[in-house]
Amino acid sequence: MSQVKSTSVEVRLPSRLGYEKVAMSTAAAVAKLMGFREDRVEDLKTAVAEACINAIEHGNRLNEGLSVGVVLSAGKDSLEVKVIDDGKGMKTLPPKPDMDRKMHGEEDARGMGMFLIQALVDEAEWVAGANGKSSYVRLVIRLDKEAE
Amino acid sequence: MQSETKAHVDQLTSPAGHPVTVLRFEGDIASTSKDAVLGAYQALPKATVKIVLLDFTKVDYINSSGIALVIQMLIEASNSAQKVYAFGLSAHFTKVFTMVGITKYAGLFPTQTEALAAL
Repeated sequence: MSQVKSTSVEVRLPSRLGYEKVAMSTAAAVAKLMGFREDRVEDLKTAVAEACINAIEHGNRLNEGLSVGVVLSAGKDSLEVKVIDDGKGMKTLPPKPDMDRKMHGEEDARGMGMFLIQALVDEAEWVAGANGKSSYVRLVIRLDKEAE
Repeated sequence: MQSETKAHVDQLTSPAGHPVTVLRFEGDIASTSKDAVLGAYQALPKATVKIVLLDFTKVDYINSSGIALVIQMLIEASNSAQKVYAFGLSAHFTKVFTMVGITKYAGLFPTQTEALAAL
């Protein structure tokens, strides 16, 4: 790895559910090369998969003519992942899921993706594209995060 | 891209003598898994099946849509006075299930032996 010149890896996915696993595997490979602990690699895999699912389903509305961009930027102590779609982006973040409300039918059983992303990485921000497209979520996971 | 979800049913008896229905899953658990996950559960006779044990030993990938299917199963089970337990989740997915609150409604165990011993 000492001869690697670029610290950036890019993947383009079709807007088809299931292809989030390509981004997930790529992110895991980069994180392992950087020396992340196995549990943090698992956290990253789930966060990246959920970000891609949101981009495919909500950003690109399952339009297979559109692709999802995934840009992984390896820094000295952290890995940044941007997942880019052609949607308008999020105006407000959904509330934290409430399992009791779900069990009582007061809340949809779904809708946990963004909560998981926020819970599993060190930073997560959703940025709306300037022209109503090219919105992205930016995730950061730090190499030196202490075990909880 | 997603590994097809398979489910099959085993009937066991716990050391305490309780009949336990085990739903063994294999493959990914995602939005495409509805028939395998909920279909397998809904095919169980509610009148006689009172303890359901979910086996995730051969499941590598679960996403939020898959977790939602598990929650839908828990809702149906709760409405049918059934108890649901699970085993075989990786350390990561044990953490994820705990984060979303599933452990309040479904006990998690590392192995089938430990699950059966507690039932």
